[in-house]
Formats: sequence, C-alpha cells, structure tokens
Amino acid sequence: MTPPPVTATPVVEHGPAVGHAAGHAPQGGLSHFLSTYVFSKDHKVIGLQFLFSTLLWFLIGGLLALAVRWQVAWPWSDVPVIGKLFAQEGGQMSPEFYTMLFTMHASVMIFLVIIPILAGAFGNFLIPLMIGADDMAFPTLNMLSYWFMWPAFACFGASFFVEGGAASGGWTSYPTLSTNPASSPASGMGQTLWLLGLTFVGVSSMLGSVNYMTTIILMRAPGMTMFRLPMTIWAMFITAILQAFALPVLTAAGFMQLSDRMLGTGFFSPEGNVVNNAIAGAGGGQPLLWQHLFWFYSHPAVYIMILPAMGMVSDILTVFARKPLFGYRPMVYSIAGIAGLGFIVWGHHMFMSGMNPALGITFMVSTMMIALPSAVKTFNWLGTLWGGKIQFTTSMLFALSFVSMFIIGGLSGIFMAATPVDIFIHDTYFIVAHFHYVLFAGTAMGVWAAIYFWFPKMFGRTMNEFWGKVHFFLTFIFLNGTFFTMHILGAVGFPRRLADAYHYETFHHLQPMNAFMTYCAIGMVATQVIFAANFIYSMFWGPLAGRNPWNANTLEWTAPSPPGHGNFDYQPIVHRGPYEYSVPGVEKDHLMQTDPPNAAAAAAAAAAH
Amino acid sequence: MGKRLAGIFWSLLFLAVPVLGVATFAIAPAYDHWLPKDVSEHGASIDSLFYFILALTGVVFVVTEVLLFWFMWKYDEAKQQGQATYIQGSHTLEVVWTIIPAATLLFLAIYQMNAWADVKMRRPAMSPTVEVVARQFEWRLRYPGRDGTLGTADDLFLVNDLHLPIDEDVLVQLKSMDVLHSFFLPNVRIKQDAVPGMKIPVWFKAREAGEFDIVCAELCGWGHYKMKGRVTFEPRAAFDAWLERKYAEQGATQPPPEAADMAAAE
Repeated sequence: MTPPPVTATPVVEHGPAVGHAAGHAPQGGLSHFLSTYVFSKDHKVIGLQFLFSTLLWFLIGGLLALAVRWQVAWPWSDVPVIGKLFAQEGGQMSPEFYTMLFTMHASVMIFLVIIPILAGAFGNFLIPLMIGADDMAFPTLNMLSYWFMWPAFACFGASFFVEGGAASGGWTSYPTLSTNPASSPASGMGQTLWLLGLTFVGVSSMLGSVNYMTTIILMRAPGMTMFRLPMTIWAMFITAILQAFALPVLTAAGFMQLSDRMLGTGFFSPEGNVVNNAIAGAGGGQPLLWQHLFWFYSHPAVYIMILPAMGMVSDILTVFARKPLFGYRPMVYSIAGIAGLGFIVWGHHMFMSGMNPALGITFMVSTMMIALPSAVKTFNWLGTLWGGKIQFTTSMLFALSFVSMFIIGGLSGIFMAATPVDIFIHDTYFIVAHFHYVLFAGTAMGVWAAIYFWFPKMFGRTMNEFWGKVHFFLTFIFLNGTFFTMHILGAVGFPRRLADAYHYETFHHLQPMNAFMTYCAIGMVATQVIFAANFIYSMFWGPLAGRNPWNANTLEWTAPSPPGHGNFDYQPIVHRGPYEYSVPGVEKDHLMQTDPPNAAAAAAAAAAH
Repeated sequence: MGKRLAGIFWSLLFLAVPVLGVATFAIAPAYDHWLPKDVSEHGASIDSLFYFILALTGVVFVVTEVLLFWFMWKYDEAKQQGQATYIQGSHTLEVVWTIIPAATLLFLAIYQMNAWADVKMRRPAMSPTVEVVARQFEWRLRYPGRDGTLGTADDLFLVNDLHLPIDEDVLVQLKSMDVLHSFFLPNVRIKQDAVPGMKIPVWFKAREAGEFDIVCAELCGWGHYKMKGRVTFEPRAAFDAWLERKYAEQGATQPPPEAADMAAAE
C-alpha cells in the first residue's frame, strides 16, 4: 500500500513563523507569575496542573486502598502507622470507617484521578499539539475546567473531617442508604459534600468536553483531515462526545438526591420507608430510579475511563513497533461502536436489582455485543506488533502490558454479562477483579505508558529508562498478585465490601489468600516511590530530549520540547496520516506528518535508482 | 547481545501471564478455593454455563496472550534485520475477526437465556413459603402459620434462622424495610436484591439437606458484614416438625393477640 494521497492544499512548505512567544515578554512580578503558572490559559500548563493534581490524588486513593486491604486481610487488627490517629478506637478500624474507606477509594480514583488524568491532563496537553493548533478553542473555559476541580477537591477532602465522616454508601451511592441520614453515620454532611463534589467534577468535565469537541472539529492544521488524526485524538474526541451526552443525566440525578436529602422530596424513597425507626422523607419514589439514572452516566463513564488510554496505547505501539497501525479505520469505527453501544448497556449493573428480568435479557445481548469492538481492537493491536521491529522502552512495556491486561479485563467481563452466571458472581470479588483489570491494569498502565512517552514533550527531558523498567517490572508483578487472585475469591462467592467475611462458613478459609493479596498491594504502592523519584528527578536533571526523541510521526514532535506559548514555531502543514513508519524505499524509517511529499518522493526515487 | 537478552526477558515475563493465569485456575479447586458446594436444582445449569464461559474465554486468553508473547519474542528489534513490514491492515482479517466473535457472542447470549428464565422469570404458581424482610442488619422471617396465608394473626416470626423443605419448590417473598440488601445463598446459586417498596419473588428447589450461609451481598450500612443468616434444608417431615416446635415456642413466649387484648381490657 502507498501512503494516502495529499488532499489538502499546502500553501507553503513552511508557514510563517508563529510569533506568540515574542508577544508575551515577561512583565515580572506576582501577576505575571499567577497568569503564567496558576491561572494560566495555556492548554499545556492546564494539562500539567491536571497531571500534578491527579497524581497527588492517585497517591491518596492508593493509600485508601491499602487501608481497605489491611482490614480485608487482617480484620480488626491494629492498623500500622495511621492506627495511632484513631487512638480512641484502640488503633483498630471500625466497620463505619471501613465502609468509608472503600467508598472514598473508589470515588477518589474514579472522579479525581482516572477521568481527569485522561481527559484533563492528557486531553489538554495533547489535543492542540497533535492537531497542530496553537491552543484550545476556548482558553478561558479551559482554565475554568481546571479550577472547577478545586471545589471538588475541597468537598471530597473536607468530607473526611466532618461529623460522621466522609460518604460511606459506596461510590454508587444507592438510595435509600445514601438519602436517609438515619441509615448510616456518614449519610449526613459527608454524603452531601460527596454529591456537591461530584457536581463540580461534572461541571469541570463538561467545560472540558465542549472545548475538546470544538477544538478538534475547528482547529486542525491545514491538511489534517479527520482520517489523518492520531488514535489518541479520535479517542479523546469520542470520549468528549460521550461525556457531553451522558453527564447531564448524572448531574440531574445528583441534584435529585440532594433534594431528597435536604428539601424533603422523595424521588428515590418509597412510601412508608423506615430506617432506624426514622421515617424517610415524603415517599412515593423508587430506589431503582437512581440506579437507572446513575448507570446511564456511569456506564458510559467506564468507557470515558478507558477509551483515551486505548488511543494513547495505539499510538505508542506504532512508534515502538516502527509499523503503521493495523486497521486504522476499523480502530476508529470500533471506538465509535463502543461509544454508541455504551449508551444501551447500563442495565447490566442491575441484573440482580429487582429490575424486570425480561429487561435483563435485552441488556445481556447488548452487553455481549459491546465485547465485539473491544475484541476487534485487541486483534488490531496484535496485528500492529506482527512484523514490527519492537523497541522495549519503558513506555512500550507499559503499552504492551495494557494490551495483555486488557485481554484479561475484557474476557472476565463476559462472565458478568451472562445473566445466569452473574446471579452467583454479582457483587463478589469477581467483579472487583474485572474492573481493576480494566481500570488499573488497563488504564493506569496506559497512563504510565503515556507519561513515559510524552514526558520529554512536557518537560524537555527524558525519564530514566533503567528505573522506569524497574518500576514497570515490580508494578506488573504486584498488580497481578493483587488482582488476578481476586477472580478465585469471586469463584468462591466472596462478597465485596464486607469488613470481615471470615465468620461465614463459606468464606472462613480465604484469609491466607487475602493476606497474600495485601502483601502484593503494599508492594505495588511502595513501588510507586521509584516512579515518583524518577519523575521529579527527571523533570529537573534528566537528559535533554530534543524535539523528537522517539522518532515519532505526529505533530507534537515537530514543536520544541517543551513547546512555548503558541506551541509551534512554524505553522505545521500535514501531508499524510500519522502512522507512516518503515515506508518501503524511504531511507529513514519514519515519515512525519509534516514531511513535505516531494522530499519523500525524492527519497523514494533515489532509493529506486 | 544485551539488548536481545532484555527482549527475551520481557517476552518471557509476558508469557508468564497465560502460564501462571491458567495454573492459578487449575490449582485453586484443589485447595477448595472454588465454587462452593451446590445443593440446588437449577445451580448445575449456572455452574455449567460458568465452566462453558471459562473454557471459551480461557482459549481466547491463552491464544491472544501467547501471540503477544510470540510477537514480542520474534519481532524484537535486536533480532530483526532490515525494516519492519509496511502493512496498514487487512480487510479479510478484519471481516474474519469481526464475524467470528460476533457470532460467538450472540450465541453465548442466546445460550444463557433459558437458565435465566428458569431462575428469574418462570415463577411457580404457589403462595409464598416464607416472607423474608431484610432490615439493618438482620433477616426477619415470617412463615404463613397453620392457615397457610401470610399476613394473618397466626403468622410465625423468626430472625436469621431460615428453614426450608427439600425436594419441592419454595417461594420466598423478599422485602426490605429500610435500605437495599441482597439475599445471597452461595450454596443455592441464588442472589436477589431486596428493595424498599418492592415485593420480589425468589424461588428454587433444594436437592440436599444441610445448613448453609445467608449472606447480604448489597451494601446496607456499617453492619453489612455481619448481616448473616443461616438456612437449613431438611426433608418435609423434619421441616413440619420444626415449624410446629417454633410455633409452640412462639405461643409460649408471646400471647396470641386475643389474650393480649383481654389482658389490656382488665
């Protein structure tokens, strides 16, 4: 196959120099500092702000997970280190505290880490650079999308210190446990703050998605047709559409729950509901209504949490396999397919909920079918590696592990999609294994691949490869030790969210396995010290990277590292798709999207003679 | 040379995923870390569907993971002469690997439907054997009593100690007083959420006598972990005798409504 013909109109081979940097001479003083590094409207600064904030919350979420694992492995034993903070309880964890821990672990990881690190950090940093724009379409909205995260940080953070503690109704916040303050100690202020925090995250995401859609549609460089976009951008684009259509439902549902809690309405609690001898609101509502509304957003949100990682991994695989992406268009169509089907599968979270079982059959069929585009993507990733020339960089190892782990997470999903099998494994550790394979072993590994890959563009320096590989190796071993074993627990029926399950005859023998998993989890969190040290050291003292350290094709690698304000020193003009690696007859093994066609033709002609 | 060794090392690490993955699943049953004993009539079909999906996904898992390993091994830069293959895809392959999984998945969905309908849709025509009312953090049980009708004065009330007859259909009427709960009988392969404001029928047939766990499988508050009940399956005669005994106990400790009314009148 030959490279696709040039359809755009290249005006000049190199456009005029873009002089944004010159227009912003430092003015000095506090206001300059604030407008450059704090209230910046530059998409790169905003992207990095998202990155640093979300990485910090990633640490907090990870520590919450360790505390959860401690209780599951050794229930009611003294908690090391933080046990001292709870001296009035004798250093043990109370069951209320445990329910709060797993609720906040999930809430922090989903709403303050995964969603904002993909769309907020990488979406912001990469979209203008990869489509050849000097910034986002709406820089002020973009800045606001970051600053709307702070009230969310404040709500989630403060909720740990209010009376009754942070929300503890699970991250799904099912009524009537979440709507009735009498139902649990944390169902008071903690739950209200949780709902408010969620709303702020929603506002932030919405501002982001409007911006990403507009920018990708309107601000592509000359010659950058939709089907020359890198997969990262396709994934970000479709994710933004998903967000924009699904989020309003969650926001509305959140306000309905707030209103049930604070204004005495009864959207979600039925007539005559009594909790702890307290009458729960006006009644007349339905707890299942919340579940439908919540999952109508939160199932598409599952794809919001994986599609951008899939896009980034697709790009990274091609760079380090030195090969074009296998099946570019099928890859785009399968992302679109996942997004489309993603809107009609929410009911699979509700097979056991009391929803009409006939509906369960419909949702089973749609859920089975959504495995199809994921399978197509996996086969195409394998096709991309086939016949390649693979470079085992840290970034590539993380990207390869994304593929390997996503296979596990994808396949285990089929068990839950099958309604009869779900009867047994619903709400057991089988589902916990499944979503950790997708979200941690998938998305988080994809995020690390992306951090190691784009770090040179972000900071102008490369991260240390040796320590990167140590980080990869240990994370890979420990994550499988922690999460693979969860499938086995699920097969026994071990339920999630129990502070102590060993008093059940069915589960009493599972403690040693849980202890093993907790040791692995401790190892996994400890390993991240290597990552943090490498990240911080390389930011300041890593070797200088140059513009294109990986010999990649996409537009961001034509800009300086790190790019100045306005991104490109020359207007990039796009002549081809993003995956022209190892083109036969071309001397160097990659043709950048901006390489002029006549040079490529000349090189081919020279090689032919 | 060092580069090739690194390539070998990383490929083998990825080969460990299918090898250890399959080994984990193969060894687990030997250590009793596996599906708990099933005493229900419908459970065998659920378990066989589980094994069917396990076999199917197991094959896909091993094939794709081994391919990934093989490509890493074979197409290592340190081993390759010349350039990578310039290929942008294959229409035939795309069609093949779309149609085959699509047909398989559709078959899988259709293949499940009967078992699902048996457990959740084909309700036996009978009045409830027992009403289970979930509440923070206990299972309140209510048997219809001698008149066979729920909601009358002679109902028998118990907590957490469910007894049911074997070899016949039983119908449980599931309710919740306060928040969501889930009625989970691991050994009967039954799970159903209890929802405030809803009456949900649950039915099954036990094949074997014995005493088993009732687990709450939906987060219901701080005491969720200890919302434990026990279910005892016994032959009809033993079940009837137990009912009589409990009925007598209730009569002894709690005066019937008429007697209470008379006491109040005096």
